[in-house]
Amino acid sequence: MIGLAHQITSGIANGSIYASVALALVMIYQSTHHLNFAQGEMATLSTYICLTLIDAGFPYWGAFAIALAASFVMGLLTERILMRPMLNAPPLSAVGVFIGLLLLINAFDGWVWDYVIKPFPSPFGGSNAVLGGFVSPHELGETVVTLAMLLAIYLFFRHTTLGLAMRAAAYNPVSSRLCGVRVNRMLGLGWGLAAAIGGIAGIMVAPIVFLDPNMMGGILLYAFAGALLGGIDSPLGAVIGGFTVGVIENLFGAYVVGTELKLTVALIIIVAVLLVKPAGLLGRTVQSRV
Amino acid sequence: MRGDAMIRPGTDDGRVTAGQVAGLGAGMVVMVGLAFVASPYHLFQLTMLVAYACAVLGLTILTGINGQISLGHGAFFAIGSYTSAILMANYDWPYWTTIPPAAVASALVGFLIGFPALRLGGLYLALTTFSLAVAVPQILKVNALEGLTGGVQGLTTDKPDTPFGLPLSSDQWIYLFTLAIGAVVFLLAWNLARGRTGRAMKAVRDHPVAAEAMGINLAALKTRTFAVSAMFTGIAGALSTIAVQFVAPDSFNFLLSITIFVGLVVGGVDSIIGALFGGAFIELVPNIANDISKAAPGAIYGLILIGFMFLMPRGVAGALTGLGRRIAGTRRPVGAAAALTVGPAPDSAAARSAQRR
Repeated sequence: MIGLAHQITSGIANGSIYASVALALVMIYQSTHHLNFAQGEMATLSTYICLTLIDAGFPYWGAFAIALAASFVMGLLTERILMRPMLNAPPLSAVGVFIGLLLLINAFDGWVWDYVIKPFPSPFGGSNAVLGGFVSPHELGETVVTLAMLLAIYLFFRHTTLGLAMRAAAYNPVSSRLCGVRVNRMLGLGWGLAAAIGGIAGIMVAPIVFLDPNMMGGILLYAFAGALLGGIDSPLGAVIGGFTVGVIENLFGAYVVGTELKLTVALIIIVAVLLVKPAGLLGRTVQSRV
Repeated sequence: MRGDAMIRPGTDDGRVTAGQVAGLGAGMVVMVGLAFVASPYHLFQLTMLVAYACAVLGLTILTGINGQISLGHGAFFAIGSYTSAILMANYDWPYWTTIPPAAVASALVGFLIGFPALRLGGLYLALTTFSLAVAVPQILKVNALEGLTGGVQGLTTDKPDTPFGLPLSSDQWIYLFTLAIGAVVFLLAWNLARGRTGRAMKAVRDHPVAAEAMGINLAALKTRTFAVSAMFTGIAGALSTIAVQFVAPDSFNFLLSITIFVGLVVGGVDSIIGALFGGAFIELVPNIANDISKAAPGAIYGLILIGFMFLMPRGVAGALTGLGRRIAGTRRPVGAAAALTVGPAPDSAAARSAQRR
């Protein structure tokens, strides 16, 4: 029983990472109808920036803040330089650009920081388990940080004018533009925000999985699955989907198939759910006029 | 706007022009001629180029012509590859007899994957096929199958010899053999795409509801398209086994699927001949990137890919078609319709078909 509870809590801790990356994916998807395959690599780059700053002697949270600011700028630049010229290109070409960006950042990371696996410091201290031995301090801290971030994102989109403008620009760019919303600027802001969210996820997960250029590969896949499970056009769905995937993955890995096949099994379960509910758990079913 | 697609000159109406025949004949002569001038290393590269072109061709049929996205075609490549290798290594079949079983095995799996694909569109289908790509190398490594697949070690096969006492080196023979199979596969695909079935596939891509109303059996067509597409890619896998004489699970990781997809986008999604450019990109660009920078070849590859997408968003084939029209002076404002589409549902079929052109 203790073992089960432990697996579930650590599944939730993993799930918080998947939920963050899933949220970043959904934010980009809502406004551009593209899935950013490079989201994971952008997060890895943010994590490397953070590690470099820590090694240079910055305090942890200072490095954290600077790395997030850098991620924000990186997202902004990606939108401006790579995505805006692709606005009228065929959708699959944009996917080609994302894959190119993924390979580019991955090789850049390996070139600058080497392909060796690096440990990453945790701000939440020692390895003594808390809460009756279920969960390590880092897992707890990581979950709290991501939940706080999700709350902040929710409040931002729900209760600020800027958040409203961003939602409007994603929902209906033409009408928003007529109402005076700077749609392109909102798009760029969305990219920046998504990159920063991904960066938080990267920095929080690095102490657990260790840092190397391919760190986010599997995580991106789980996040993608989580986003689709929750419904690709629903931010709340993405968060719920991310947590669900984390728990499913951990339970099946521990009790049913072992770690070797756990990715495969998690994906099969998700596909099975989607077959019953093709738009995801919270997704809207799009009705189109013929 | 949509009806416009049906009267697009030259490409879609199914007529074969003398120019096309002459062009294909000349291309074929060049490809055969290369067998007698290229070095063994370049012959191997050309062989793999043809094999990858067939793999991309499978995806062209599925994604370009029928509009179903697959990020998992590496799985079918692996199935074809392993079928061929298992028959050669474990059962001593001659190499050339392993191509039909490889085609059948991958077509069968493709047919089965086609069923969930009926319910899932777009990104959901991308995830489903992607999980297939992730699952296949893991399944190939499973201990229970080690007697068949060779486990993590993989399987090694013998290098085919030149038959009939022909005055060709083994490398030349493998290249010509691959080229012959490739030519047949391309001819089949070309006939399929410009015939009645091909028109039905395009109709389903552009407007599924209208296509169904016209009497097309959507489920049958989509699953069969999946099977044919998987078959072409599976044949490509068998060809690569014959050329490489070695298979191992890690050569078929999800990056292979991504690579095939990249080949599709670079070549031009809905062009049969574009698949050949895609195959060339897959085989040649990593080497070029490696020549430019030993330190970070992946970065150069990524830059080249992004450059291709910026300069030729409709792929090499699309760019060539545009160039041909400009030279012929018949360029029509195809971009105008797309630019005017500002409808409320950017993912509707109409908007997508408009964007595609």
